[in-house]
This record gives sequence, C-alpha cells and structure tokens, in this order.
Amino acid sequence: MSQFDVYRIGPEIKVGAFDISFTNASLFMIISTVSILLIFNLGSKKNSILPNKIQLLAELSYTFVSKMISDTAGSKAKPYFAFIFSLFMFVLFCNMFGMIPYTFTVTSHIIVTFVLAAFIFIGVTVIGFIKHGFGYLKLFVPSGVPAVLLPLIVVIEIISYLSRPISLSVRLFANMMAGHTMMKVFGGFVISLGIVGGWLPLSFSVALTGLEILVAFLQAYVFAILTCIYLNDALNLHH
Amino acid sequence: MFKKIYLHLIFLSFFLIKEAFAAESGGMPQLNPEFWVSQIFWLVLTFGIMYLVLSKLILPKISNNLESRKSQILENIEAAEKQREVSETKLKEYDQIILKSKTEANSIFNQAREKAIKDINAKRDVLDKQIDDELSKAEEEIQSLRENAPDKINKIAIDTSSELLQKLIGAEVNNSSISAIVDDLSRRNGDKYYGN
Repeated sequence: MSQFDVYRIGPEIKVGAFDISFTNASLFMIISTVSILLIFNLGSKKNSILPNKIQLLAELSYTFVSKMISDTAGSKAKPYFAFIFSLFMFVLFCNMFGMIPYTFTVTSHIIVTFVLAAFIFIGVTVIGFIKHGFGYLKLFVPSGVPAVLLPLIVVIEIISYLSRPISLSVRLFANMMAGHTMMKVFGGFVISLGIVGGWLPLSFSVALTGLEILVAFLQAYVFAILTCIYLNDALNLHH
Repeated sequence: MFKKIYLHLIFLSFFLIKEAFAAESGGMPQLNPEFWVSQIFWLVLTFGIMYLVLSKLILPKISNNLESRKSQILENIEAAEKQREVSETKLKEYDQIILKSKTEANSIFNQAREKAIKDINAKRDVLDKQIDDELSKAEEEIQSLRENAPDKINKIAIDTSSELLQKLIGAEVNNSSISAIVDDLSRRNGDKYYGN
C-alpha cells in the first residue's frame, strides 16, 4: 500500500506539540489548489462573447455547479455557492491528480475527507439553528408518522443525522482507496504473470483506469451534491 | 491445459502479492496518526486560501462575464428584432409601391388602348364616309351613263343610218324620219340590249 504512504518532504516543522511538516499530501493539495486557481483565473481574465477553450471550461463548471445548487437547495443557497464550488473543484482535482501514476491521492486519506465532512456537518447544523432556532429540531420529527412509531423514528433520524459526516467522508475515502488498491492488485498481476499471461490483467487495468476516472468525477459530484442536500435541509425545513 | 496453467499462475500471484503487502506495511497508512495534524493543517491552509481567492476574486468575475454576455446577447436580439421590424415595414412599403405602379401602368395602358380604339374608329368612320361618298358618286355616274347611253346610241344609229343611206342611195334622207324609225326600233328592242 505504498501509494497511500505519507512522507515528509524537507525538514520537520513543529508548532508546539503538533507536527505540521510539509509532506507529499501537502504537495498535492498545493498542486490541486494552484491548478484550480490558475485555470479559473485564466478562464475569467478575458470576457469575450465567444469564449475560448479555457474560458468555456471555467464558465461551464460555474454553470454546472450553480445549476446543481439551485436544483437541490433552491435559491436560498446562493451565498454558499463559492464554498460548494471550491469543495467540488478541490475534491475533483485531488481525485484526478491521483489518477496520474506515481502521484498521491489526497482524498484517499480518511482524515482529509473527514475534516471536510465534519466542517460541512458543523456548518450545516449551525446554519440550521441560526435560520430556524430550536425549530430546526423538527427535522428529526417527520410529519405524518403514527404516534406509536414516533420515538423509534426520532431515534433513527437522529442517528442518521449524526452519521452524516461519517458516511460522507467514508464514501469518498473508501472509493478512492478501493479504486487505487484494485489498480495496484491488477498491476501486480501483470508483473507476476509476465509476458505470457499478463495481457489479461493489463487490459483489465486499462479498463479500470477508465472506470476510476469516472469514479473520481462521480465521487466529487456526489460529495458536492450531498453537501447541497444537507444544506437544503438546513435552509428549507421540509419536515 | 493452458487455462489450468493460467489459473495456477493467478493463485500464485495472489499469494505473492499478499506476501508483498504484508512485508511492505503493517496495515493501512491512512490509520497511522503520525501526519494527521499536518494533513489537517495543510488542508485548512490550501483550501482556505483557494476558497478566499475563488470567492473574492475569480467567481465574481466569471459571474460578471456570464451576466454581461447574457445582457449583450439580449441586447443584440432586441436590436435584431427592431431591424427585422424596420425591414418588414420597408418591405410592405415596397410592396405597396409596386402595387401602385402596377395599377398606374394598367390605367395608362387602358387609356392608351381606349385612345387608340377611338382613333381607329374615327379614322374608320371617315374612311367609310369617303368610301360611301365615292360609291354613291360612282353609282350616280353609272346611273347617268346608263340614262344617257340609249340617246347617244340612238343618235349614232341615226347618223350612221343616214350616212349609210346616203352612200347606198346617194340621196339625202330626212333625219327626222330616220330618228322616228330608230326610236321605234330601239323602244322595241331596248329590252334586249339594256335588260330593263
């Protein structure tokens, strides 16, 4: 599992008791954010009526994310557009950079995805309580449920709400890790079967690469759209 | 046979890979907390900077670009619509002008035709009158000729018969007696010569 190893690059940096050394994970976070900023800076520089390729890319991503937000969370979610856009792009670029051989996938580490998911969870909960006060607790009491079932339903709702950050983070982390592990396993087959039998796992590996690129995009999309759904719960209390 | 070897090889490789992974690490690197704080720190740093730059600088520009393009396209569509209306009214005017000129041309043509027909009729009337006049004149002439012809013939007959008698007999014959005979004869034979 060496492709998931985190190692220090350069000297050890310590602040108090915490080790915040620059690692390969930090390197790929910086690469992802810098490429995002570069692409979108180039894409927003000129304003021509007929956009060039990079401007078209930036504007298509903008409209894609803004449509996703307005479809799932409504118009009230507009102030959070920048955050969800950053989130989607960050996860997407980290996933995609992880598809290049010998790179490091930032999102294949549970701690990274969990911090993102926990931040979203806390943020959504705070927004919900600010918008609705204690009325936000009505989220756990669905309407139209028979009184006998109500205690059970409320408990289930609370558990499902609290498990949101875990499911959100584990979904992304597990997908990325499983995909990369599978690629490594098939790559290992290619080596061990050699020139005689290695062609079958090699073709599998090629197919898996395509699948993994799809998964990389899909998981970023799922991460962003689940954030939108949680935000929708906090903004428009439907229950 | 080949299939059997292949399966064997797969089993073997499974075994080898398991050994290799076991030798490589003692579990998932993700669960090793050594660099967790570092990862959190760098994540917050990079994501935070990216969020700030995107939300304050880049995304407003993109949304501005999109808005301005939308408004410009709308403006252009409006201008095109206006021009289309103008061209439509112009087309209508043009059609009317064509219609007007057509009716004018028609009326001019009709007038010309009527005039020509009138002229032709007038000329024909004049000619008809002339022809009628000449016909009547000729008829009159013929009538007069016809009326005069018997007298002349009688006279010729009288003269020739008197001269004939003179040569035959050698004596003068009274003209009046001859004319009486000729008149008598011509009255009797007039029907034979003139048909009336």
